[in-house]
Amino acid sequence: MSSDVPTTTATITAAGAAAKASVADVPHEPGVAKPDAILTVDHVTRRFGGVTAVDVQHLEVQRGIITALIGPNGAGKTTFFNLITGFDKPSSAPKLIGGPKAGEAAKSSFNGNEVGNIGATKVAKQGMVRTFQLTKALSKLTVLENMRLGAKDQPGENLFVAMIKPLWAKREAEITLKAEDLLARFKLLEKKDDMAGSLSGGQKKLLEMARALMSDPVMIMLDEPMAGVNPALTQSLLGHIQALRDDGMTVLFVEHDMHMVRHISDWVVVMAEGRVVAEGPAGTVMDDPAVIDAYLGAHHNTDLGDDSLLTDEVAEELAAEVTAEETAEGKA
Amino acid sequence: MDQFLTTLVAILNSAISPQTAALAIAAIGLNIHFGYTGLLNFGQAGFMLIGAYAFAISIIGGLPIILAFLIALVAAVLFALILGIPTLKLRGDYLAIVTLSAAEIVRMVGRSSLLTNITGGSNGITGNEYRGPFTDLSFFGDGRIDFGPWNYDATGSNGWWFIATAWFVVALLCLFVWAIMRSPWGRVLRGIREDEDAVRALGKNVYSYKMQALILGGVIGAIAGIVYILPASLQADSMGRSMTYFIFTALLLGGAATVFGPVLGAIVFFALRLLVQGLAGQFVPGTIMNGQQTEQFAWIVIGITLMLVVIFRPQGILGNKKELSFDVK
Ligand SMILES: Nc1ncnc2c1ncn2[C@@H]1O[C@H](COP(=O)(O)OP(=O)(O)O)[C@@H](O)[C@H]1O
Ligand SMILES: [Mg+2]
Repeated sequence: MSSDVPTTTATITAAGAAAKASVADVPHEPGVAKPDAILTVDHVTRRFGGVTAVDVQHLEVQRGIITALIGPNGAGKTTFFNLITGFDKPSSAPKLIGGPKAGEAAKSSFNGNEVGNIGATKVAKQGMVRTFQLTKALSKLTVLENMRLGAKDQPGENLFVAMIKPLWAKREAEITLKAEDLLARFKLLEKKDDMAGSLSGGQKKLLEMARALMSDPVMIMLDEPMAGVNPALTQSLLGHIQALRDDGMTVLFVEHDMHMVRHISDWVVVMAEGRVVAEGPAGTVMDDPAVIDAYLGAHHNTDLGDDSLLTDEVAEELAAEVTAEETAEGKA
Repeated sequence: MDQFLTTLVAILNSAISPQTAALAIAAIGLNIHFGYTGLLNFGQAGFMLIGAYAFAISIIGGLPIILAFLIALVAAVLFALILGIPTLKLRGDYLAIVTLSAAEIVRMVGRSSLLTNITGGSNGITGNEYRGPFTDLSFFGDGRIDFGPWNYDATGSNGWWFIATAWFVVALLCLFVWAIMRSPWGRVLRGIREDEDAVRALGKNVYSYKMQALILGGVIGAIAGIVYILPASLQADSMGRSMTYFIFTALLLGGAATVFGPVLGAIVFFALRLLVQGLAGQFVPGTIMNGQQTEQFAWIVIGITLMLVVIFRPQGILGNKKELSFDVK
């Protein structure tokens, strides 16, 4: 049983190598063009009162790879997710009267279709399916019902078809098989008849992810999939995410801890104060001064004592900065 | 003992009366709104009124009964659209406020003296102005049929014909609700009840489903209105806020989000009232509580029962605690 659980050891799958290779020649700069972008976002800004939570002028997400969207708490990652999945509307959205100038209005296209202004339902129907930072397991439905709800093309979801069971029973059986298969993969099969509300926080995250997969998305967007998941599960969760990529799916996931993304991401986008401040492969992006700034900037006013977010390089950089400052002061 | 028997017979009679069936039907409709979809419709009585007026006025206007029935359903669909279009994209409380006031508006318009020619104003419309075509449909014949404690005319108003059709409609609707709520369509509704955004993220058109639920429950409410007025008369004030409250009480007593909860709730609702009234009349001396006061006392007891149910058995008599349609925390 445990042998088929994907793990994140150093072994790099062929698909993983191909994914990394596909962006190998892309320059490491914010807003850079990708050779095969599945999602392109332009001029997306969102203001809450005076606060600009998101201000992304241009961003492309490469098809078929795992892209991590990282940034300190409050960087605007969740808001950005909401904007591109249609759960929120950009302040820069085109309006009939008095909107932004032509060419400066928010625009996003996914898989060749405009998705800027079509609402969450249609975005999901296009194959861009998301999960939420605060899990939304439907707690008074069973685990299996949660899964079935994620499926596409169930004719019984039409009221007139619904009344006559033979019209949808066959598809329901297919859906159930698929759901059980996914649940087994996520180690939730024994829980299938329990109410989703009875699951632990981590299991709810897994359920939400499995449910999103029921629709065979083209791209899956995970908002902090690791948060609250028990550390023993994180490894296998990371493995699952890699397996999705290996199956040809595009993955965009949010995380605020840089360590987490190291192993599995093929490309990293760093946000700070609403803007994309850096892009590149995990190994190099963390050395970017803008990234160090972003994380230190955030941590100057939050938790200075917490070193867990600092990579070794950052710590060295910090130390160097301190020495430089001391020498400067010494000279004065 | 005699008086106890009288109470018992009264309860048995109310249990099968068309009025009880009408309350059950209205609660079945509300169950689709509130129990399964989580829509707060505080104006179910408004749907009843719409159905009742559309039906009665069409018949008085000379239309055949089947057409009058269809017009009542269409009127309820329109009413649901008017209520739903502006509110279903907003937070749930908006629907609650809008339905509450819309039902009041319907009642006020219905009883206003300006429309006395059509609606009969505050006096309403007497039953024999619209009952005829329905009575004519009866194949129960004339005379009386006695059945245990139940002795009624076969066809006359409040007789077996009215009782049988009313409960036949209840049975059909229970079957219908059972069939659609076990389906994937019903699953989407229950998902929406839990968390709209989650369902939206799965690519379902939440707005459309909420609208379908509102329309369906409202149309069933209109049917309840027709069943309610057929053996009686149509008076706007008999389907006001207190009627909406009775419907909610029946639903919560019996168990929201269950197929038979609304039916059992409606029966228990009337039985409880009669029982309290009967017992109070029997054991409390008239000097302490007179007839009218026992009736009020019965309402108080029903109110308290509702509170106790919500606190101690929030799933109602038939409900499943794990699948509560509302949270009491
Ligand atoms: N609904 C809202 N109303 C007001 N401010 C908000 C709202 N949502 C997010 N913000 C603000 O936008 C900023 C970005 O938040 P968020 O997108 O949640 O960050 P992240 O997910 O990167 O931690 C924060 O400053 C937050 O306070
Ligand atoms: Mg967030």
